[in-house]
Amino acid sequence: MAETTYREALRLALTESMRSDPSIIILGEEVGKYGGAYGVTKGMLEEFGDARIRDTPISEEVIVGAAVGAAMTGLRPVAELMYIDFVTLAMDQLVNQAAKIRYMFGGQIGVPMVLRSQGGTGRSGAAQHSQSLEAWMMHTPGLHLAMPSTVTDAYHLLKHSLTLNDPVVFLEHKGLYTLKGTLEPDKALPWGKAEVRRQGGDCTLVSYSRMIHLCMDAAETLSKEGISVEVIDLRTLHPLDMQTVSESVSRTGRAMVVTEDCLTAGVSAELSARIMEEAFDFLEEPVVRLSGEDIPIPVSPQLEQGSVPGVERIMSTVKMLLRR
Amino acid sequence: MIDHPEKQQALRFFRQLVRVRTFEERVSELFVQGGTAGSMLHLSIGEEAGAVGVMGAMREGDGFTTHHRGHGIFLARGADPKRMMAEIAGKSSGYCRGKGGSMHIADMGLGHLGANAIVGGGISHVVGAGLTYQMKHNGNAAIAFFGDGAMQQGILYESMNLSALWKLPVMFVCINNEYGMGTRLDRASATLEFERRAETFGLRAAEVDGTDVFEVYNRSRNMLEDVRKGQPAFLKVNSYRFHGHARMDKSPYRDQDEEREGRKKDAIAFLRQHIVEEGWYQESECDELVEEVKQEMDEALKYAQQSSNPSPEEIYDDVFDPETDNPVSVDFRIRQALHYSQG
Repeated sequence: MAETTYREALRLALTESMRSDPSIIILGEEVGKYGGAYGVTKGMLEEFGDARIRDTPISEEVIVGAAVGAAMTGLRPVAELMYIDFVTLAMDQLVNQAAKIRYMFGGQIGVPMVLRSQGGTGRSGAAQHSQSLEAWMMHTPGLHLAMPSTVTDAYHLLKHSLTLNDPVVFLEHKGLYTLKGTLEPDKALPWGKAEVRRQGGDCTLVSYSRMIHLCMDAAETLSKEGISVEVIDLRTLHPLDMQTVSESVSRTGRAMVVTEDCLTAGVSAELSARIMEEAFDFLEEPVVRLSGEDIPIPVSPQLEQGSVPGVERIMSTVKMLLRR
Repeated sequence: MIDHPEKQQALRFFRQLVRVRTFEERVSELFVQGGTAGSMLHLSIGEEAGAVGVMGAMREGDGFTTHHRGHGIFLARGADPKRMMAEIAGKSSGYCRGKGGSMHIADMGLGHLGANAIVGGGISHVVGAGLTYQMKHNGNAAIAFFGDGAMQQGILYESMNLSALWKLPVMFVCINNEYGMGTRLDRASATLEFERRAETFGLRAAEVDGTDVFEVYNRSRNMLEDVRKGQPAFLKVNSYRFHGHARMDKSPYRDQDEEREGRKKDAIAFLRQHIVEEGWYQESECDELVEEVKQEMDEALKYAQQSSNPSPEEIYDDVFDPETDNPVSVDFRIRQALHYSQG
């Protein structure tokens, strides 16, 4: 199959799903006429019409709240938040409503909706357009959380999200939309399964989303220095595939978690604790966490780069972990 | 002799109003006995006509959400008081198998998309339900019930705007009971003409006397005809919260004269008087009806008390679709980390 982009893979997943499932609708700011702030839904209005591709006002809470109500009554809405930073305006609907309705109502009904958004640094979006807020979602029981790093995962994870009977937070990375790759249409891994992106024996890097690519670059360079690094892409943070991680750490004895979200009480804290619980006997060193700094994201490109892990930092931290 | 239709309706409404109040009285007893789950119980005594009048105008297939003071609304919809009482008691025979309680009761079969404990939290769900109904062309309407407290929440206005913009079959019903917890409305809202706010967004809007169930019903029925055609509406039902915010609240923030006057706004007393004056029922027949309802609610109370509690392992059920996911217990994690075997 020909090369495609992460953006096109997402669009293909939405388009194919909407063709086969008439209950799917998309609602959000600029998803229709504009084609999506990052172009994911471009051209979809023409195919599906304005009843199914619905431009909304800038009202994040009702975008998510209406999606909840629609999902409870027979539609399968994809609500788009232009930036994950804006989820603060819709947190009640996501956390108190979507995530809890199945449980509060004793299992009578699920909320089959997908909240699509994007986060992360790389475009000098500054403090309110660059955050990585996945820890908030991961901390909320009742939400699935997918964070694809590749073209193939963007496609399969989004298609799979549109078949689940519970809310899925689907977080893309703004730095990945132009990523090119070969879309493998038959490579659909089970939901919640991590993937070993690179095999190695000296240490295990655990990551997801854009940081996977930095880990892969670091691993490639380190291999030339005789350091063999295994890279695990979690793909979904809920469900969390600790089995693949533990199996890897049991072989390498060293684990490093690489995340773009900020360090304190972040995803890396949970992953580190889980590795400690589940692979303690195999660890030669403490689990190392390389995460975003505990600061708001600054606008200056130089400062922004320093606020999240980069390839050099990953390499130097691996060497520290290996006492090289 | 064929009964006058107005008589039939009056008697039906009277029974429903009495059922709501009696239910609340019984659930209040259950609370005092320590039989309700949770420390919060919000009674709708004084607000019965809003529930019964609007519900009387709704149809099968319509969806609705309620607020934390929503027992009466659900009961007027046709809920089984036994299963309601059991849910409020946290029992497994309750509507939500003891997971939701008073503030999260729901029943998809009756179109109850859920009571909500976040003020304004359920309002936007009817926007989504309205969207579903519009896209399915099924003629249903979605109705959000909430209190005057929610009139100061932003989500209401996002919801009104989107409903009008998309011409959704949605109705917003504010049961105004004058108080948001202990704060009287005039201390919470800079203006009190809520209909004007709704009209600004393009909704049809009206204010009705919440002591007159017929007025509530007629106005709702009239509005809902247009709602089903894509003209969203707002109805403010003026009433008075007879008791405190929650069961234990003795309302020290309002004076006794005010309460005494407020409790005269009693839809049940007014309708009873009307029924007797019209000669539709004698006082004794009214008493009989009240007695029947008391028996019904006594049985509901007993049912709740006698129902069993959910079993402890059910805490992990229904976080997710059981086909896809189930939470792992904290204990399991600890034992796994320490390599403890079961036992």
